[in-house]
Amino acid sequence: MSGVLSGPAETSKIIVRPSRGWVALKLRDLWEYRELLYFLVWRDIKVRYKQTVLGAVWAIIQPFFTMIVFSVFLGHLAKVPSDGLPYPVFAYCALLPWQLFAHALAESGNSLVANQHLITKVYFPRLIIPLSAVLAGLADFGFAFLVLLGMIFYYGIVPGAALIALPLLIMFAILTALAVGLWLSALNVQYRDVRYTIPFLVQFWLFATPVAYPSSLIPESWRALYGVNPMAGVVEGFRWSLLGTGKQPGSLFVVSVLVSVILLGGGLYYFRRVEKTFADVV
Amino acid sequence: MSDIAIRTEGASKLYRIGPRERYKTLRESLAGALRVPLRTVRPAMLGKLHEMDGEHSDDNVIWALKDVSFEVKRGEVVGIIGRNGAGKSTLLKILSRITEPTKGYAEIFGRVGSLLEVGTGFHPELTGRENIYLNGAILGMKKAEIKHKFDEIVAFAEVDRFIDTPVKHYSSGMQMRLAFAVAAHLEPEILLIDEVLAVGDAAFQKKCVGKVGAVAKQGRTVLFISHNMAAISNLCPQAIMLDRGQVVAQGDSARVIASYVRSIEPEALTDLSVRKDRRGRGRVRISKLCFEDENGSPLQEGISGDSLVVVLEYQSSAKEPLRNCRVSVAFYDALWQFLFNCSTELTNPEIDSLAPQGRVRCIVPRLPLCQGRYFISPFLEVNREVEDWIQGAATVDVVDGDFFGSGKVYPWHGKGVLVPHHWLVDKPE
Repeated sequence: MSGVLSGPAETSKIIVRPSRGWVALKLRDLWEYRELLYFLVWRDIKVRYKQTVLGAVWAIIQPFFTMIVFSVFLGHLAKVPSDGLPYPVFAYCALLPWQLFAHALAESGNSLVANQHLITKVYFPRLIIPLSAVLAGLADFGFAFLVLLGMIFYYGIVPGAALIALPLLIMFAILTALAVGLWLSALNVQYRDVRYTIPFLVQFWLFATPVAYPSSLIPESWRALYGVNPMAGVVEGFRWSLLGTGKQPGSLFVVSVLVSVILLGGGLYYFRRVEKTFADVV
Repeated sequence: MSDIAIRTEGASKLYRIGPRERYKTLRESLAGALRVPLRTVRPAMLGKLHEMDGEHSDDNVIWALKDVSFEVKRGEVVGIIGRNGAGKSTLLKILSRITEPTKGYAEIFGRVGSLLEVGTGFHPELTGRENIYLNGAILGMKKAEIKHKFDEIVAFAEVDRFIDTPVKHYSSGMQMRLAFAVAAHLEPEILLIDEVLAVGDAAFQKKCVGKVGAVAKQGRTVLFISHNMAAISNLCPQAIMLDRGQVVAQGDSARVIASYVRSIEPEALTDLSVRKDRRGRGRVRISKLCFEDENGSPLQEGISGDSLVVVLEYQSSAKEPLRNCRVSVAFYDALWQFLFNCSTELTNPEIDSLAPQGRVRCIVPRLPLCQGRYFISPFLEVNREVEDWIQGAATVDVVDGDFFGSGKVYPWHGKGVLVPHHWLVDKPE
């Protein structure tokens, strides 16, 4: 299927037929519609903070207060170790990618159902919907990141050379969030139960991710298995890159990347397979 | 380069119907999987409806389209007509790639723009300006293209003073104008339009019809669904008629419209309680529409110039009287051209409450219709919410009568309405 919106001079040909078997991912189609993706992300960000008093400050309040609660109860009272780092910055640095992930799960899971008026009335690559829901979380991430820079400066931490890996790590966080988001959004069209499992899933996943505690608490021999939770790799990667721990995440990280890639590939495939029925089922 | 714009070959679409088939819970799929391992859950998850044929009786499936094949040449303007549920919208949804055909295929040569609804994706919290960009992008316009046409769109919509106000503060008319303005500036090579003209007031509808006409004149290919036969016959030299998912007539639009008008008459006479093509909340239902003369004797047909009483019976489960009611009956000619509307709001504003069940009568003392067949659409509103509205609930045949009291009959059958009038002239000396 060729792009619909190619230049006016050339005439494109579109063939509409039932798709069978392995379906192409149609990433070129996605590229053709990049402006729509931009507008949907922009809409989501704009609408979220309209009519709120504090506006974008909310993006900072949530991770910041979670960090305070963690620091007081877990860092100070329960004496959870923090790999030799000041506990507040240790927790906050992990909360950033975690919030991006949790937001993406909550938003993308319901995104197709919430945008059903678009799906039943216009054509565009459906992938744009969960993708825009995930990307809209980047605005919050950006604001909260400024606070992290302040904290790194306050605690006098020098990130070191690992900092250059940060863009890749942010990409890794986004792709992991997208991978899970694709599964949840597509499943939620068919099975509305999914919506109710998302808050539970987010809570459960937070405990399984080394946000409030370091992954070094896990026995060495089990650590690679722990990486099956891709968020463990994301979070430890962030600490390694930003807080200059010097400890490379190692086997845990490699497993996380692999799992994330498999989840994403499977998610894309499943999404494309059921995509054609969205307009009929939603 | 061929001169074909759209070609479909055996396009078919199967839908499963039934109360709990729209979406299911995980539990149902899991239970199904335990009973028939893999065979049930896999096709359901992959959405392959046709694989399930064997396990479901034919009552549960419906061919919304069956073996639809046709060709539309570049620059042709084609009307698509048919009753509700004939498959018109499904056809446009397949051509605009919103849904896939179950079988068959369609080839489309050129950039497609589809307008299945006005204002798709409008967000109430965003301003008029922001919504123009968002809606434009959703309809497939490039940002640069929208920027270029922005002033034109605002001028067309006549909303320049409110362009930076959130659209939730717009009146519904303003929202509609803005939405249509964006859509009207979409310039694809092939335009697919569905029922857009069915919304809005008369002036707005006229503007829309004018715009479709202008698009057609620019040599674009247009596929146009409408119930308004007058609009179809004015705009579309060609027409396709669908019935139960199949093409039953195709070609010159006058001929196709004629066969459509013949075919819809039986349905219009069916019992109102089985009519599904109604709008409104439905807590109050119009159950019967019939005609009487002034003395209450039933009438089978109307007579020009005689009185006609339209009797509506309605039912509801309410115990209390219905408040803030508005009842109307609209008359259309055989081509579904609107003629006039009789509404309690205009003549009897004091009627604002009705018994929970009962009858209302609309008395037309001198029926201003000439010989021909007419459609009647009753409408009932309670507390400003539409409860029931049935397009073409009944037809009435009108025969010649002495409308003018002169013993002469109006000779132009089926054309226009009769207006009481008289003349004064200077008499010769």
